[in-house]
Amino acid sequence: MAITVRTVKRPERTFATEIYLVEIVKGLGLTFRHLFVNLYRHSKRALGLKGLPGSVTVQYPDDPAVLGKRARTRHRLLKRDDGAPRCTACLLCETICPAKCIRITAENAPDVQVEKRAKTFDIDLGMCIFCGYCVEACPVDAIHMDANEVEISAYSRKDMIWNMPELLGDVPKKPSQPG
Amino acid sequence: MTFPLPLNDVLFATAKILFAVLGVGLSIAGFLGWVERKQSAVMQDRIGANRADIFGITILGLFHPIADAIKLLTKEDFVPKMARKPLHGLAPIISLGAGMFCLAALPYGGVVDFAGRAWDLTPIALPMGVPLVLAALAFGVHGIVMAGYASGSNYGLLGALRGAAQMIAYEVCLASALAGLLFIYGTLDFSEAVLWQVRHGVWGIFVQPLAFIIFLTAGTAVTKRIPFDLPEGESEIVGYHVEYSGMKFGMFMMTDFFESIVICGVITALFLGGWSIPGLDLPSMGLLGGVLMVGSFVAKIMLMLFLLMQVRWTLPRFRFDQVLDLGWKNLLPLALINFLVTVWVVYLWP
Repeated sequence: MAITVRTVKRPERTFATEIYLVEIVKGLGLTFRHLFVNLYRHSKRALGLKGLPGSVTVQYPDDPAVLGKRARTRHRLLKRDDGAPRCTACLLCETICPAKCIRITAENAPDVQVEKRAKTFDIDLGMCIFCGYCVEACPVDAIHMDANEVEISAYSRKDMIWNMPELLGDVPKKPSQPG
Repeated sequence: MTFPLPLNDVLFATAKILFAVLGVGLSIAGFLGWVERKQSAVMQDRIGANRADIFGITILGLFHPIADAIKLLTKEDFVPKMARKPLHGLAPIISLGAGMFCLAALPYGGVVDFAGRAWDLTPIALPMGVPLVLAALAFGVHGIVMAGYASGSNYGLLGALRGAAQMIAYEVCLASALAGLLFIYGTLDFSEAVLWQVRHGVWGIFVQPLAFIIFLTAGTAVTKRIPFDLPEGESEIVGYHVEYSGMKFGMFMMTDFFESIVICGVITALFLGGWSIPGLDLPSMGLLGGVLMVGSFVAKIMLMLFLLMQVRWTLPRFRFDQVLDLGWKNLLPLALINFLVTVWVVYLWP
């Protein structure tokens, strides 16, 4: 294939750009426009009128965090239609996990179709690097990272470990206490 | 003038100077800390500092400058081991002192008749006001060089060298930009310059527009603010005050604000008609005239500061060789040509 060369035209440095002044006035025009438009919107809001917000800031701890539709957040274990956990304790997620943050112990399942199920399923979120490999590795679609929860911090390393009922959503995670 | 001075005069002079330094200087400098945060935030579609509160009241973040001051006052005043201690302590005082002196030499108002005598509202009224202010501004560079040298840090020294080179380059432009205007005014006195503008009914900016632009640019450079903040250079060297902490650092920050106010004050006095309000004969209005004079002068300063603040948040920083090139190779020749043309026109016009 022949190499095609496209000459990109350099921006010309005319006298108007060399003396800066014109460009400075252009730049000031832009920033002044933003300043006054935002001031107008802010004051409109302050008077209780409807209108666009004057800023794009999300005051996060006061207002809820805005997450993307496909944000990869905390893990969630899924259940089958009959309410039993989907996990068959195949250990694929534990094997692929680069951070080695998943610990599974298996036991025989009463349902002969699935043979095994997880007795315990712990994820240490303090070690998790949120790569999503576990979700991709799972053959039975038992683990997702779509709990849409980002406030997972705790006061101790022990409290960062989530067990199976908590991941399934059966039991709410106990709030971590300092000390 | 008779000695000893009458007590009234001494009291009035002290009150004027206190008003200039504390009333105008400190309050505007504190206010600027808020303006800087909020203005930059609003023009960048942000909200800006709004968390400091007293009993849950935030008033748009107006308490942040107070929080700043409390923090700077209560922080440890750390002096590094390699520092030259007396100079290290003296440097911010020199910088701040020079700025404060300039503040007191600005013409906040003219002469008003009230209660049976004439009151001159300029705190330090001298026939040599303009060169005095420029000299005091230039004296501030001693503080910077001293700070850099006394820190015992190479980064501080680099910042100081940059500061010295830049400020000397631009002080020259500052003075030469004013030369033409002062030649037309025929005076070195701020009050006389304002009176000239009042008498002729035209502001200096329309007499010498080029000088205004040169003075504004050089003035920004002298105050060491973006786009000329090379002596501070946050991203590379952190500047001459890198070894300063606590209120000593605060004094350097305040010097920046004071110098901005002084530059805006000089611009107001020489280019924007000083204390005059078009259409009003302020000197004959007594007390009201005096209040209006001071109010109009401070209002014009605030407007200029608003513009400078906008410039500061709009432009990126120059490279250091570009800064010096702009000063020595462009602004200075322009200012000198402006002066020569002015002199030529003034002599040949009639």
